[in-house]
Amino acid sequence: MKDTSDTRRLFRQLLRIRLIEERVAAIYPSDKIKSPIHLSIGQEAISVAVCDVLQPQDIIAVSYRGHAGYLAKGGDLKGMIAEMYGKPAGCAFGKGGSMHLVSAEAGVMGASAVVGTHIPLAAGQALAAKLRGEDKVIVCFFGDGATEEGCFAETLNFAALHKLPLFFVCENNGYAIHSPLKKRWANLDICARVRAYGVPAVRTETSDVTVMRAAAEAAVAAIRDGEGPQFLEAVTYRWLEHVGPNEDYAAGYRSRDEMEPWENEDPVARLAAVMDAAWVEKTRAEIAAEIDEAVEFAEQSPIHQQEDLYRHVYAQ
Amino acid sequence: MSMLSEKPAMAGRLLAYVDALSEGVAQEMERDPSVFLFGLDVDDHKAIQGSTRGLVQRFGPNRVFGTPLSEDAMTGVAIGAAMAGMRPIHVHIRMDFLMLCMNQLVNIAAKAHYMFGGAVSVPMVVRCMIGKSWGQGAQHSQGLHSLFMHIPGLKVVAPSNAYDAKGLMAAAIRDNNPVVFVEHRLLYFTDAYVPEESYTVELGKARVTAPGTDITLVGVSNMVMECLRARELLAQVGISAEVVDLVSLQPLDSDTVLASASKTGKLLMVDNAWTMCGASAEVLARVAESEEGAGVRMARMGFAPTTCPMSPELEKVFYPNAATIAAKAHSMLRPGSDWMPDEKAAQLSYQMTFRGPF
Ligand SMILES: Cc1ncc(C[n+]2csc(CCOP(=O)(O)OP(=O)(O)O)c2C)c(N)n1
Ligand SMILES: [Mg+2]
Repeated sequence: MKDTSDTRRLFRQLLRIRLIEERVAAIYPSDKIKSPIHLSIGQEAISVAVCDVLQPQDIIAVSYRGHAGYLAKGGDLKGMIAEMYGKPAGCAFGKGGSMHLVSAEAGVMGASAVVGTHIPLAAGQALAAKLRGEDKVIVCFFGDGATEEGCFAETLNFAALHKLPLFFVCENNGYAIHSPLKKRWANLDICARVRAYGVPAVRTETSDVTVMRAAAEAAVAAIRDGEGPQFLEAVTYRWLEHVGPNEDYAAGYRSRDEMEPWENEDPVARLAAVMDAAWVEKTRAEIAAEIDEAVEFAEQSPIHQQEDLYRHVYAQ
Repeated sequence: MSMLSEKPAMAGRLLAYVDALSEGVAQEMERDPSVFLFGLDVDDHKAIQGSTRGLVQRFGPNRVFGTPLSEDAMTGVAIGAAMAGMRPIHVHIRMDFLMLCMNQLVNIAAKAHYMFGGAVSVPMVVRCMIGKSWGQGAQHSQGLHSLFMHIPGLKVVAPSNAYDAKGLMAAAIRDNNPVVFVEHRLLYFTDAYVPEESYTVELGKARVTAPGTDITLVGVSNMVMECLRARELLAQVGISAEVVDLVSLQPLDSDTVLASASKTGKLLMVDNAWTMCGASAEVLARVAESEEGAGVRMARMGFAPTTCPMSPELEKVFYPNAATIAAKAHSMLRPGSDWMPDEKAAQLSYQMTFRGPF
């Protein structure tokens, strides 16, 4: 990897998401964020790589672990932090919280906390784009656990049948909460299972953001060429506990040894090492200032009025 | 009397609701080898917030096991195993996830015994928990029991305390029908006297939890605790409230409610759910349709008719609480005089100590 304009762009995104997630984790013990948080630390490169090859009109669907996707696609930072604070200035008017980020402007479908529910929703977006003849790619990010829900298999079949412009991105971090893959999958080769539905599938097992970007670029190009849905299994690792701001290697269900190779390959650190040091420091300072401003915005912005409870039950 | 006794137990030891649940299951698993327990994450170190603690260690991974994220199919698996003579307990960490199980529960579990003319039965328990607070929000907070009450063939229970949690668990497991067992996250911390030996709390019976003469407060699940606190607040202004815990929602013991309401002449039902077509609608309708209920003044409370918001300020308004319940009861008894107890003083300590994320 070299210091190029491409790697600078990717690095900046990676670093920004990492620093934002770290700030959220640091704020959390103050109880100012009364919302369950599922951090993406360790998994950021997938969202960064995929969103880097998207166009503004493209749409992504994310789950409750959606901070990285939301930010990588261009979701507003102030809106995200204010949302976690439950303020009306939040991206979901402070009604959803960390698990339900949304941004119509940036093309982020509202996130669901019921695992897997957003997979067919993404297919619906793709169907709408196809029916209207729009040049749009829809990306659906989901975990390994989500592939166990019936709607995943049903959606694969439907998307293949209708050649939908849909990119399935499975962030395989090896666990669904504390349950490892081998307790849940008889056949660990998910790509083979997906191909059987008629959906081309590729696997990456790296934290190298440029490798993932190349895989995403090829898949998105195929979708834009009308070849129908594509699937990426991006093997990754969740550094922190399933929900909350802490490490949980002492809990006993996994060991820190398992994480170390990922930490050693951390794309944030590896890219920082090949970049111009002064530029890295300047970038870091810019991002820190942006985060300070967003946190200040969330803290200062007004709380709800009681009557807000009754807004948004039905669309006008 | 047909209702459950007023003081459930003063024997045994103080036991938390969460431990009563696992003890109830463990004693039934000990007694009956056909009982097994499964569901997402039942065997990890968090043990469904403690409610399955120790079960896999004691009964092994054949009888206690986690599953893939496949609630729909797993519900079918439970039903099939029940038809084969097993007694499965299928566990869900939130009631919201039961929406994935609806087809199997409503179209098969509820109907099989009837549709096949008694040739098969489905003795299973579906454990699920209502969440509250800490921004659980839209999809981790729903009280959906009335959906299940609506369906002939399903039974529904909602224990409000550790004693009932253990006794109802044993009764639900031994019942030859599918039973939806509704728990509440915030009740997990509360404790009650619970006998060490096995016992059952009969399904289909309500309990008068605290006596009174001026008004009947009927609660479901966690709202029973809010009603009991409201009763104390009302006592401070000279109002005597009787609190009825429904305990069982289907079958529903309207006789106990009716006896209390026709005695006090006033009925306020507080559900841990929305009121539209809910358990509260059913209870009030039954009282209204009865002869003894003629002339009883009735009202009900429940979740605001909105989705549950994450924002702490809005969440506060979303739920009934002891203060708003007491104020409502007061307005029914003394119309025209405004009275609102101090909301802070009315808070229940076990709710104040709850810290998320789940
Ligand atoms: C339908 C449903 N079942 C169970 C849960 C509880 N739950 C929340 S996250 C999760 C694990 C999901 O694992 P995975 O899809 O691999 O995503 P990850 O959290 O690892 O990113 C579970 C079981 C849920 N939210 N929805
Ligand atoms: Mg996972």
